[in-house]
Formats: sequence, C-alpha cells, structure tokens
Amino acid sequence: MTDFPPVVLFILGALLVPVFRGPARNWFVILIPAAAFLLIANLQAGASWQVSFLGYELTFLRVDKLSKVFGYIFTLNAFAAFIYAFYLRDATQHVAALFYIGSALGVVFAGDLISLYLFWEIMAVASTMLILARKSQKSLGAGFRYVLVHLVGGLCLLAGILFFISQTGTTAFEAMTERNLGTWLILIGFLVNAAAPPLHAWLADAYPEATVTGGVILSAYTTKTAVYTLIRGYPGWEILIVIGCLMTLYGIVYALLENDMRRILAYSIINQVGFMVTGVGIGTAMALNGAAAHAFCHIIYKSLLWMSAGAVLYMTGKSRCTDLGGLYKTMPWTLIFGTIGALAISSFPGTSGFTSKTLIIEQSVAQHLVWVWLVLEIASAGVFLHAGIKFPYFVFFAKDNGLRPGETNRTMLAAMGFMAFLCIFLGVYPQPLYDVLPFGEVHYQAYTLSHVVSQLQLLMLSALVFFLFLPLLKRTETISLDTDWFYRKGGRAAYRVVDALFNNLNRACDRMLAQGLTGAVNRFAANAPARASSWLLTPIYRLQGRNGDAVDNFRRRIQHAFDAGLAPLGISAAVSGLFVVLLFLLR
Amino acid sequence: MQPKKEFDYFDRPEVIRKLWILLYIVCGLTVVGELFAHRHPHFGFDAFFGFSAVLGFVSCAALILFSKLVALLLKAREDYYDD
Repeated sequence: MTDFPPVVLFILGALLVPVFRGPARNWFVILIPAAAFLLIANLQAGASWQVSFLGYELTFLRVDKLSKVFGYIFTLNAFAAFIYAFYLRDATQHVAALFYIGSALGVVFAGDLISLYLFWEIMAVASTMLILARKSQKSLGAGFRYVLVHLVGGLCLLAGILFFISQTGTTAFEAMTERNLGTWLILIGFLVNAAAPPLHAWLADAYPEATVTGGVILSAYTTKTAVYTLIRGYPGWEILIVIGCLMTLYGIVYALLENDMRRILAYSIINQVGFMVTGVGIGTAMALNGAAAHAFCHIIYKSLLWMSAGAVLYMTGKSRCTDLGGLYKTMPWTLIFGTIGALAISSFPGTSGFTSKTLIIEQSVAQHLVWVWLVLEIASAGVFLHAGIKFPYFVFFAKDNGLRPGETNRTMLAAMGFMAFLCIFLGVYPQPLYDVLPFGEVHYQAYTLSHVVSQLQLLMLSALVFFLFLPLLKRTETISLDTDWFYRKGGRAAYRVVDALFNNLNRACDRMLAQGLTGAVNRFAANAPARASSWLLTPIYRLQGRNGDAVDNFRRRIQHAFDAGLAPLGISAAVSGLFVVLLFLLR
Repeated sequence: MQPKKEFDYFDRPEVIRKLWILLYIVCGLTVVGELFAHRHPHFGFDAFFGFSAVLGFVSCAALILFSKLVALLLKAREDYYDD
C-alpha cells in the first residue's frame, strides 16, 4: 500500500457524507477513522508528499513515532465519538467533524510550518461549525467569539512563521533552538490553542455551548494538537513549566466555582493540559513521553466524561448542576461509565491517568524541581475534588430535582463502554501505550506499593475534604467572570464609544448639511421668483407714496400670487430674464 | 398492583451515614498502608509519616477556601453578559 496523509481520507469522506442517507451515513462516518487508524499503523517512517510552493518545500506527510502516537489516539477517539453520534442525523455536524479531525491529523503529520498553518486554520473554522450547530442564541455568540480568538491566534502564528522563515530560510518544523521574535510569536499561537491563561477563555466560553456530540469531539483535538506542536517545537522551554503549573491550578479554581457541568469539564481540560505543558517544559525524554502518554490517556477519559455529560444533556436538556441531581436512579450506566472517566482523570490507581500522569510527576522529582513537584501534587489532589467527585456527585447524586429521564440510547452507552474499557485497560496494562511512545524505551513501573499508597492518601483525603466542605461547595445559579470579560465587555464598550463618536458626528453632519444647507438652498430656490419680484416691486410701490401696512400687504399679495401660481406670466419671465442678466454680469 | 418501587438507595439517611463511616475507614487505611510501603522521600520535607495524606487534606481545603475568596470578585448573575 502506498502511503498517503490520513487527512485525505477525512476530506474525501466529508465530501461523500451527503451521498449517504439515514443510518448508512452513520456507518460511513464510523468507518473513516477506523480506516485511518489502520492506515496510520502501516505508515513507514520518513517524509513524503512533498510539494514545492513559492520556492518552499511543503511536506504533507512526515511520519515518526511522535506523529504516529497522536495519529493513533486522534483516530481512535474519532471512532468512538462517531459511534456515540450514531443517533445524530445532522450531516452538517458530520462534515464539520470530519474536516476538524482530518485537519488536526493534517497538523500532526505536517512536516513544515506552512502546511501546518494551513491545517491549523481549517481546524479553527471547522470546529466553529460544531458550536454553531447547536443553533441557540448563546452558541451563536460563543461561536463568533471562538472563531475571532482563533483567527487572532492564527495571525500571531502566521506572523511568527513568516519571521521564522525569513530568519532561518527554512520552513521545516523541528525543535526550536533560537529564541527570537519569530519563535516567540509561534509559541503564542500554539499557546492560544493549548488554552493557556490568559489566552484560554475561548475554551470555557465556547465548548459548553457546542452540540452534544460537538462537545465530545471538540474536547479532544484543538488543545491536544497544540500539545503535539509544543512537544515537537518547544521541548525544554522553561517558561512552559511556569505556564503549565499555572494552568493546573487555574483550571481547578474555576471548575470549583462552576455550575454548568460541561463548563466544569471545560475548565478541567485546562487543568489537564497544564500537566502536559509542564512535561514539555521539563523537556527530558521521559517527561516528553509523559506528556504524549498523558495526552493519549487524557483524550480517552475526557471524551468519556464529555460523553456522559452529553448523555445527561441529551436526555434532560439541562446542564446546570442546580437543575440536575439524583440521576443515579434512572441513568445508572451513564453514571458508571462517567465515574470511570472521573476516576481516570483523577489518576486513581487502576486507571489510565495513574499510569500516564505519574510519568510527568516522576520527572519533576528526577530533575529536583521541588516547586513544580509540589504544584503538580496539589493539582492532582484538586483534580479529584473538581472533576473526580464534583462532576458525578452534583449530576447523579446530591439533591434530587425530580428528573426521571431514563437511560440514554444504546450506541451512546456502547461508545462510553468502549472508552471506559480503555481507561481501565491502560491503567492495568499500560505497556502497549509505553511501547508506542516516541522518545526511547519506557521502563516505568507505576505500581509500586509506595506509589499506590501515596496516591490513595492524596485522593481519599481530597474526597474527605470535599464532603466535609460540602456546604461551601453548594451550587449557585451564577457564572464566574474570566478573561473573556475583557473582550466581551471591552468589545461592547468599544462599540459604544465608536457608536457615540461616529453616529453623533453623522447626525451633526446630517443636520448641518443634508437638512440644514440643502433645505436652505431648496427653500431659497423655491421662493426665488416671489422674493425677487418682491424686492424689485416694493421700492416702486413705495415710490407711489405707500408705506407701512400697505407695503406688507402688497408683499403678501405677491407671495400669495406666486404660491398659488397666479402671478402674471410676464413677471416670471422678467425675473428669469433678470437672473440671466445677473449671471452674465457675475460671470 | 403496586408500582415498582424506585431505586433510592443513596437517598436513605442510614446509607449516607454508613458511607461517611466507610470514607473515614478508607482514609485511615490509606495512612495505615504506609507502614507497609517503602517510600523514597526525595526532598526532605516530604519524609514524615502520612505526608501525602496531609498534603491532600491541606491543599484541597486551601483550594476550596481560595476559590471561595476569588468568588467574591468573580461571581456574577447568569444574565451578566445579556444586554
């Protein structure tokens, strides 16, 4: 089989979606990622599909272990997500999802910065469609803000790429060694998509407004594509340690404040990506392996969590914790699968989070980074608090709000069951994942008694704190302001200033010129014959010895004669003639 | 015919009480388990017995209190952005 970029399968597939009808269409979209997975498994290492563009070499297929591991998980997750979406008959969402996932694979297999940028922008546009497809007023606004933020981030990336190419003369996307304007701008472009504060607000703003399946799909690709680009381009950049640590804590604090269950999960993405970004910043081979492994496991359990939240939203139409609760009675399977995802995100021993996240934390110890280690441990405890317990507790237990939706459909449950299986499988037997990691062989043993006991102490005491502090965690019908405040309120303030300035200027000009001056000219022209006659005839009238009321009366008679069209034709002709003479004299 | 009784196990006060006891027992067991584990404290300050338990408790309590503090500043009504 000749190799070709996996994105080709997705784009061809997306174009063929409208050909199919009904369940055949759903089967078709499930087959595409499955075929892509097999394709990626058989790709040979090396660069191919090279095209010359404006004198630069573009590489659409660069295959190595790093691109492959992301290729595996992207297609695996797409496979599960389309099974989950089996109920969905909306071709628009399928097409958008295929373009989105395909271009994420395009980024991962791009060997140069130009083709990377191309797919980067397709991702931004296609993913916006998954938000707009909810077709609510809120999703419209959120989608609009989402795409604007990503276009600004994309412009930053483009500017950086142009600087980079002009400085180095190469377009190849490898680890960045120089620290100059170009590489910093590219880094900022990547960090926008990684949702690093303060450039993160688009995520928590937009993802919770997406459709049920849109949320599942969005949760995986944009941020993890960014993690891939960071692993490839910025290993060992110390600033990423600071940013990553900040992200882990930032996500927790906001998730603790949130009321909307999908917004809790959105903030917990920021928290989890923080672990990966920290791993990239530490930059040792094992830390980078840890970042890749954690991205792999994270995509699975985070999708699973979004699936269970999506199932709840699908069945009840509600997503605020204050409206939910008590669903364990009618949605037990969704609860069980969701809880497995919640345990995995919390790195509970026996789940995939435990075998991947500890790779990163171990490296912070090996590099003697005491503060980093401490932050990551604190954040690990906090994950159990906000995602591990808070999400299942407030949705499925807590106060019964009388909702009796019944269990969700079987294909949704099948997809969740598949993902839950993977969470436990990789937690118990991580070696298959360790074997595909890109940077050297992994001989890590997660299951020592000391690791397990320490982790259980951390998590169980965290659980204890949750229930002891429950009165403080009671949900309220509020939102929490985040950095999107600046462009949401700032945008409106700018709108008001511009509105006041230009519209008032416009109105003033309208009054002065359109209404004032033109009106005056018009009135003058309309009255010209009467006035001219009046001016000419009044002195003659006065010469006849009349004055006072008689003169006024005479003027009124002239005006009246012209208004009513009763003026003798000769007068009009005489006045017109006089004007001609006047114009001639003034010439 | 009686309608099928709803499954409400976790709403019962006696069950909730048992779960509380279970939670305390599990927390205790994780600390006792450290007696059998051979730990490798790396930084020195993490060498004392039950370090992870203390860290879990203190950091979670601090995170909750901190989030309550910033909530004073950041919480807004749901229609805050609606015009």
